Order: sequence, then C-alpha cells, then structure tokens
Amino acid sequence: MIRDFGSVEFLYLLAAMRWTLGLSVLAFVCGGIVGLVLALARVAPVAPLRWLAAGYIQLFQATPLLMLLFLVFFGLALFDLGQSAFLSVTIALTCYASAYFGEIWRGSIQSVPQTQWQGSAALGFSYLEQMRHVVLPQSVRIATPPTVGFMVQLVKNTSLASIIGMHELAHAAQYVNNVTLRPILVYGVVGAMYFAVCWPLYMLSRRLEKKFNANR
Amino acid sequence: MDYTFQFGSVWAALPRLAQGAQLTVLLSLAAIAIGLAIGVLCALARTSRRAWLRWPAAVYVESIRNTPFLIQLFLIYFGLASLGLRLDPIDAALVGMSINCGAYATEIVRAGIDAIAGGQLEAAHALGFPVPAIVRHVIVFPALRAVFPALASQFLLVMLGSAVVSTISVEELTGVAHLIETENFRPFEVYIVVTGIYLAIAFSLKLVFAAVERFYFQSRGRA
Repeated sequence: MIRDFGSVEFLYLLAAMRWTLGLSVLAFVCGGIVGLVLALARVAPVAPLRWLAAGYIQLFQATPLLMLLFLVFFGLALFDLGQSAFLSVTIALTCYASAYFGEIWRGSIQSVPQTQWQGSAALGFSYLEQMRHVVLPQSVRIATPPTVGFMVQLVKNTSLASIIGMHELAHAAQYVNNVTLRPILVYGVVGAMYFAVCWPLYMLSRRLEKKFNANR
Repeated sequence: MDYTFQFGSVWAALPRLAQGAQLTVLLSLAAIAIGLAIGVLCALARTSRRAWLRWPAAVYVESIRNTPFLIQLFLIYFGLASLGLRLDPIDAALVGMSINCGAYATEIVRAGIDAIAGGQLEAAHALGFPVPAIVRHVIVFPALRAVFPALASQFLLVMLGSAVVSTISVEELTGVAHLIETENFRPFEVYIVVTGIYLAIAFSLKLVFAAVERFYFQSRGRA
C-alpha cells in the first residue's frame, strides 16, 4: 500500500536526523583529537614524525570516503568484531576528518609569525611551553573559520552511512520514498533538512572569517 | 584473526575493474570540464552588477554546497523519472557530478575575480577594449590563474566523490567492485585492490594538474 507524505513521515525523518547529527558530532570530536595529533606531528622538530603525518594525510585525502567505509566495514568482520555499521562509519569518518583537520591546523600553526617563536625562545620557554602558551592559542583564531567550514562537509558526508545500512537521515529518506513513491517531495524535504544544519554553519564560518580579517 | 587473504579471484577480475576505472576517469573529466564552464559563467553572474543575475547563481551555489551529493543524485535520477524523464544512470551521474562541481567551481572562480585589482578593469575600459575581450583576458584568465591550485584540489574531490554514483547502479570502479564482491565473497580483498586503483588515479590526476599549471600558467610570467 502506498502512504501519503504527512506529518508522521516527517517526524520519522526528524527522528533519523538525530543519528546524522550525533554521527557528525562524534566524527568531529574523534577526528579533531586525531587531527590535532597529526597537526602537531606535521610541525614537530622530529623529521620521521613529520613524514608519517604527511603520509597519513596524503593517503586519506586521496582515498574516496566510500572506499574507506567499505574497508572498515568488511575489515571489522575479519577481526571478528561483527558488522556494526555505526562503528564502521565512526572509524571511517574519524580517519577522513582527521586528515583534513590535520592539514587545516598545520596551516594555522605555521601562520603564527616566526617572531613569536623567537620571542618565547628568548624568554627561555621549552618547545612544549612555546606550543602551549604562545603558538597554539594564536593559531586557534586562524583555524576556527575553516574548521567550522569543514564541519559542513562532515555533516553532508554522514549520508554515505546509508550505503552500508545505517539508519540515519539519508537512509530514512530512501525508506520513506519507498512507501510514498514521491521522490521529489521526499528528497526535496530531506535536502532542506540537511541545508537547515549546514547553511548556518557555513554562514558562521564566513562571519568568523570576516571578523578575524577585520582586526588583523 | 584466522583469515587467509585470497586475491586470486580479484586478479581474475582485473579487466573488469580496469573498465570500471576507465568510466570513473571519463565521468570525472567530463564533469570537471562541464563544471568549470558552469563555474566561470556563474562566477561572472555572481560578480555582476545586475541583481537578477546574482540571485539565481547564489541560490544555486548555496543549495548545492549545503546538501549531500547523494541526495542530489537521487533527486535527479529518481525525481526526474517520477516526472516521466527516465535518464540512463550514467547520464544522471554526469548531470549530478557536473552540477555539483559547478557550484564549488563558482565559489573558487568568484574568489579569483574578487582578487583582481579594479585598476586593471578601469585601464582595460580606458584603452577601449571590447567587453568580450575584457571578460576573457582581464577577468576570467587571470582569475583562473590565481585560483588554479584550489580548482585542482576541488577537481580531485569530484573524482573521489564519483564513487557515490555506484548507488544508482552506474558500473564505474566502485560499481564494478560491488558486483565482483557479490560474486566471489571476498569484499575486503576487492576493496583493498580498488582503493589502490583509486590512489593511482588520484596521484595521476595530481600530476596532470601540476603539468597543466606549469604549461598553461607559468610560461606567461606573473600577472
């Protein structure tokens, strides 16, 4: 039987959207932690650390996210960890996000003027103290707009989770489309729901950018 | 973990994977070309003095950039079909990828146009250049030169994103990989090999873009 697209269906989509938002936040936190380690490794005074981080970033920025997702999904089964779509998506998105965050934050750290390093060295700070008290606090301001901008990519990319069967917004959309047979309406509404999350983030990142450039 | 990797069935399927890879590359290059054309036109529209040109371009760019490619693809493929317009999956994929690439290209080219000094435009007008020549030689080409690296990384993302079109049964690299793993029940081995192929395509594209940049933009000196 074919159903109409009504408030019940809309609420169903809204419920699935919680997974989309939850995944986005989770990937942001996990990817952020790994990304910070990568960024620090990229500017470390130890060459092998720099190469390792650079290799990791190159590798994950040249692999389709969908491939990463499949590899983790089928790889987990090999290690007898079952076939959890949720765990797979979290791991894959963490690898993906960390590579981009690592690259964004490396640029931010390197854009702190050299004189700041020299000044703090003259005060007798150790490398870690320089990082913690002088360089990182200044690079956070530079890093914030592109970081918020990348969150838009993250929210959109959680939709790939539907391909390995996780029931988030894009998956619920296909489900609702199958019972209502109204693809334009259903995917239009779902597109608008993603837009409602992504566009404010994008505007925020633009405003932060303007603010930062104004008092530079 | 007591699993023995068996790549034999994957090597046997290499010719089919190669065909899939070929479709991936062709789709990506076509979408990049069309997307760049859309990007240049919409960037000119977005920087125009006429509001009726600026608005539609802005709506197009923002709606594409803030929604998932997967949903755009379904709207084109299933949406148009429900209106009676049945597109071949490959055509739907090309339309979707081009529209998507166009939106990002618009923003990048627009940034390049904004960076051009106003004095150059005034000088060109003062010298009595015809408008098409100004658009071509003073606006578009210098803008493209300025933002080529950003465009190149966006083009790479178009190629990587093409994997998603396997969801509407296009038999590009990921689509073929999916078919093979349902035949040989060796998904992990198949996707490891296919990831290697994607990496090879990605790094080849990077080399091509670097060559294009050297050949096309460096021989004329800095503008």
